[in-house]
Amino acid sequence: MQQATGAQPVLKSAGLTKKVSSPEGELTILDRADLQIGAGESVAILGPSGAGKSTLLSLLAGLDLPTSGQVWVNGRELTALDEDGRAAVRADQVGFVFQSFHLVPALTALENVMLPLELADRPEPRAAARRALEEVGLGPRVGHYPRQLSGGERQRVAIARAFVGDPAVLFADEPTGNLDSRTGGRIADLLFGLNTDRGTTLVLVTHDRVLAERCDRQLEMDGGRLL
Amino acid sequence: MKGLAFGLTQVGREFKSGEVRVLAAALALAVAAMTAVGFFTDRVAQGVQARSAEVLAADLVVGSNRPIPAEHEALAEELGLAMARTTSFPSVVLAGDASALADIEGVSANYPLRGALKVSRRLEAESETVREVPPPGEAWADPRLLARLDTRVGATVRVGRVELKISRLLDYRPDQGFSFAELAPTLLINEADVVASGLVAPGSRVSYRLLLAGDGSALQAFRDRVMLGTGERLRGIDTAQPEIGNAVERAGRFIGLASLVSALIAAVAVAMAARRFASRRMDTVALMKCVGASRRFVLTAMLAQLAVVGLVASLLGLGLGWLAQEGLVFILADLVGDALPAPTLAPAVGGLLLAFVVLGGFALVPIIELCRTPPGRVLRRDMLPPAAGPLLVYGAAIGGGLALLAWQVRDAVLVGWLALGTAAVMLGLAAGGWLLVKGASRLRGGGGAWRYGLANVGRRGTDSIVQVGAFGIGLMVLLLLTLVRTGLLEQWRDTLPAEAPNRFLINIQPHEAEGVREFLTERFGGGELVPLIRARLTEINAEPVEEIEFGSPRAQSFIDRESNLSWASEPAPDNRVVAGRWWPLGDESEVSVEVDFARDLGLELGDWLVFDVAGERLEAKVTSLRTVQWDTFKPNFFMVFPPQLMADFPRTYISSIYVDRSLRGDVLELVRSYPSVTVIDLEAAIEQVRDVMDQASLAVQYVFLFALGAGLLVMLAVVQSTREERLYESAMLRTLGAKKRVVLAGVAVEFAALGVISGVLAAAGASGVAWLLARRVFQLEFAFDPMIWIAGLVAGLFVVGGTGVLATRSVVTHPPANVLRGY
Repeated sequence: MQQATGAQPVLKSAGLTKKVSSPEGELTILDRADLQIGAGESVAILGPSGAGKSTLLSLLAGLDLPTSGQVWVNGRELTALDEDGRAAVRADQVGFVFQSFHLVPALTALENVMLPLELADRPEPRAAARRALEEVGLGPRVGHYPRQLSGGERQRVAIARAFVGDPAVLFADEPTGNLDSRTGGRIADLLFGLNTDRGTTLVLVTHDRVLAERCDRQLEMDGGRLL
Repeated sequence: MKGLAFGLTQVGREFKSGEVRVLAAALALAVAAMTAVGFFTDRVAQGVQARSAEVLAADLVVGSNRPIPAEHEALAEELGLAMARTTSFPSVVLAGDASALADIEGVSANYPLRGALKVSRRLEAESETVREVPPPGEAWADPRLLARLDTRVGATVRVGRVELKISRLLDYRPDQGFSFAELAPTLLINEADVVASGLVAPGSRVSYRLLLAGDGSALQAFRDRVMLGTGERLRGIDTAQPEIGNAVERAGRFIGLASLVSALIAAVAVAMAARRFASRRMDTVALMKCVGASRRFVLTAMLAQLAVVGLVASLLGLGLGWLAQEGLVFILADLVGDALPAPTLAPAVGGLLLAFVVLGGFALVPIIELCRTPPGRVLRRDMLPPAAGPLLVYGAAIGGGLALLAWQVRDAVLVGWLALGTAAVMLGLAAGGWLLVKGASRLRGGGGAWRYGLANVGRRGTDSIVQVGAFGIGLMVLLLLTLVRTGLLEQWRDTLPAEAPNRFLINIQPHEAEGVREFLTERFGGGELVPLIRARLTEINAEPVEEIEFGSPRAQSFIDRESNLSWASEPAPDNRVVAGRWWPLGDESEVSVEVDFARDLGLELGDWLVFDVAGERLEAKVTSLRTVQWDTFKPNFFMVFPPQLMADFPRTYISSIYVDRSLRGDVLELVRSYPSVTVIDLEAAIEQVRDVMDQASLAVQYVFLFALGAGLLVMLAVVQSTREERLYESAMLRTLGAKKRVVLAGVAVEFAALGVISGVLAAAGASGVAWLLARRVFQLEFAFDPMIWIAGLVAGLFVVGGTGVLATRSVVTHPPANVLRGY
C-alpha cells in the first residue's frame, strides 16, 4: 500500500478495481489499487497513456464506481454512497482542474467560478468568486465568456473555480497538457502556490516528469497497476 | 427549491447563449403556427357557422302553426337575443284579371337576422343587397310570380283585402330553402299588411316563426328554458339543409387536417431542437455533477429552464400567431372581410397548453436522459447517459402526438387514419434509412468526395436513420402541400363545377315530359328528367310509424308528410352503395336508402317498409344503403326503388339544369308554356356552398404555409444537429490537407444520398397518405400522380442537398485551428 507520510489520510483506497467489457472479453483497466494520501500532501500519479491514471482519478473522486474495492474521503466511504451522495461529498470536499478546462461556455468567467458555490449553497457566491478570480490575476476579465479567453486564462478560471470552495482535496488531470510550456509553467506555479497557501491535498495526474517532481510524492502506474 | 431557484437564475444567463435561443425559436414558431391556425380557423369556423345560420336567417327558430306566444319573445328579450318574426301562408295574388298562388311572407323589421335580402329593379339588373324590409303598402315579388301574373315592377297586386305596390324583384331571401315543400313563388310583405289582408284567421294554413340570434350561451339558455307548446318546434343550425351541412363538414375536415399537419411537423422540429439542446449540454451537466450537483438538482434546474423557455416562447408565439392571422385577414379583406367575426380566446389558451404538450411529449425525454449524464464524462467524453427505454421515448412521443391529434382535430376518423398513416410512414422511413446506412457501409466507390460522403452516411448510423426520417417527413409535407393539396382541393371543387345545376324543375306531368325535354335541350343544352312519385311511409317492419318514436326532427317530418320517391336501374354517379347491394335485375320489392337518413329512421338492411302511394300499398325490403353527395345539386332521393316496382304508379318528373343569367327570360317562357311546371332557384344555395368552399380553401392554403415553415425548420434542425461533428471533421480533414472544395463536395454527397432516399420514401408516403385521405376521409376519387415521384426525387436531391450544403457551408469557412482548440 502507498502510505501517506505521517499525516492523517484524507484520501484512501483499498483494492480498487475497475473492469470493463470489450469485444475481446473482460478487460481490467485498474487492478487492486491501494493508496493513502495525507492532508496537505501533494501526490503525482505518473504513467504512460492507457496506464489507468484517469480511471484511478475518476474512482477516487467518485465520478465513477469501481467493480470492487473502496474509497474514503476524509473518513467517509465514497463507494458506499449513491450518485447524489457522492455529488454531495464532491460539493463539500473536492475541487477539479482538467486538461481541457471544462468551463461552461454559456457562463462568464465569474459565473463559472460561482457555480460550485451556488451548488453547495454557500453564502455570497458572487463576492467569493470575484476574490478567487482576482487571486488568479483575472480581476479585469470577470465578465468574459470562455471563448473570449486564451487557453492559459481559461485554465486560471478553472483553478479559481477549483479553489473557491476551499476543498479538502484537489484533483488535477494534466492541468498543463493543453498549454505551451511557458504558460504551463505559470499555471503550475499558481496551482502549487495555492495548494501550499491553503493546505489543500493535491492529486495530480500527469506524464510530465518536471511537473511531477514538484509534488511531495510520485506514484507510478502501468497496465492498470500502481507500481 | 434550490434547483428551481438555480434553474431560474440560469435561464436568464442561458438565454444569452445560442442553443436556448434555437429551442425557443423552434417552440415559438410551433406555437405561432398553431395559434395562428387556431385563431384563423376559429374565425373561419365562426364565419362558416354564420353562413349556415343564413339558411335559417337566424341562429335559432321557433316555428308553429299558431301565433308564437308572447312569453317566448319575453324570454328572448330577457336573454338579450335579437328577434324577428315571420308569418307565412299560401294565398292567391290578383293582378287585374290574372291570379296566381303565392307563398306570402309577412316579415317584421330586423328580418333576416342572418344573411341579407337581395333584390333588383329589373329582371336583367344585377341583384343588390338590402338591409330593410318592404314598408307597409309595398311588396317584393319573386320574378316567377310576376311571370305568372304577367305583370312587372311598379304594378299593384291584391292580397286579400290589401292592395300592394310591387316595388322590387325579390331575388333571394336567406331562408327561402329549396325543398319541395316550398313550391309557390314568394311575395314578401310587411307584417303590418298581413293583419290588414284579413287572410289570417283561425283555421287558415299559417306558419309562424320567431327568429332568434345572439351568442352561443344565450341561445343555449333559450333552448334550456323555453317551454314549447303543442305543435311548436325549435330549429337550429345543426338541422339546416344537408347540402350546406355536407360542405361545412368537409371544410372542417380540410382545416382540421391542415392544422394537424402544422402541429405535428412543429412537434418534430421541437423534438429535433430538444435533442440538440440536450446533446450540447451533456458536458455542462457532467461538470455540474462533478462539482457537486445532485441528479434531482440538475433535473429541477433543467425542468425549470424548460418551463421558462416554454412559457416565454409560447407567449412570443402567441403574439406572432395573433399578428399572423391579423395580417392575413388584412391582406384578404376583400375575400373574407366582414364575414369573419373576432376570434375567441380559446385558441390562445389552447396554444399555451399545446406548447407544454409538445414540450412534454417531444422534449422531456431528451432532458431526462441529459440529467442522467455520468459525471465521469468530464474525464472521458465517450461516456454517455444510459439511453431511455423505447417505451419512454416512443410512449411520450405517441402520447404527445395523440394528445395533439385529439386536441386539434376531434375527429376520430381523421385521427385514426392519420395516426395509422404516420406510423406506416415512420416505419417506412426508418427501414429506408437503415437500408441506406447498410448500403453506404458497403458501397464506397468513386473519388475522394464520394467516398467521404457515403462513408459518413454509413458511419453516422443511427444519426443517418434519424436524418432520413426527419428529411422524409419534411419532404412529405412539401409534396403533400404542393401536389396533393392542389389535387384534393381541385377534386373537391370539381364536385361543384362552374355550371352546376342552379334550377330544379319539378311537377313535370308525364304528358308534358317530351315537350319539356325538347325545350330544355333546345334552350339549355340538355336536362335529364328523373321520375318521382309522392308517397307516405306508413309502416316499418309491420309497425305503424305513428307508434314509433323518432329522435330526429328530419325523420319526424318525413313521417309527417308525403315524400318523394324515385327509381333507377343503376345508382346515380354521385351515389355510392356502402352497405348491402344494388339490385341486379330490379324485379324484386327492394329499396335503397340514403345512409344518414336510414340512421335517422333507425333502418337497417333487411327491414321492410310500407308506403301509401295515392291509396295503393307499396312494400319493399331495404337491400342497400347509399351515401349521396348532396352538394352536387343534382336531383337525389332518400329512397330509390327498382324501375319495375314503380311502373304502375302515377308519376311526375323532375329535372335540374344550369341557367346562365342571360337565359333567365327563357326560364320564364318555360313557366308560361308549361304552367304546371314549377322552377326552383338554387343559385343562392349554390353560392353559399361555393362561399364555404372558398373560405375553407383559403384557410387551408394559409394553414399549409405554416406547415411549410415548420417543415423547413425541421430540415434546418436536422442539418444543425450534426453541425458540431461536421465542424470537427472538416477541421481535421483540412488540417490533413483536404481542399475546401473536396470537404464541401463530401458534405453534398452525404446530404444528396440522404435526400434522394428521403425524397423517394416521402413520395411513397405522400401518395399513400393522399390516397387514404381522399378515399377514407374526404370520399373523393384520387388519381395517383406520377409527378410526385419525380418531384420527390428532385426535391430530395436539391432541397436536402442544397439546404445541407448551405447550412453547413460555414463548416469549411471556420479556421481549423479555432475548431480544434475547442474550449
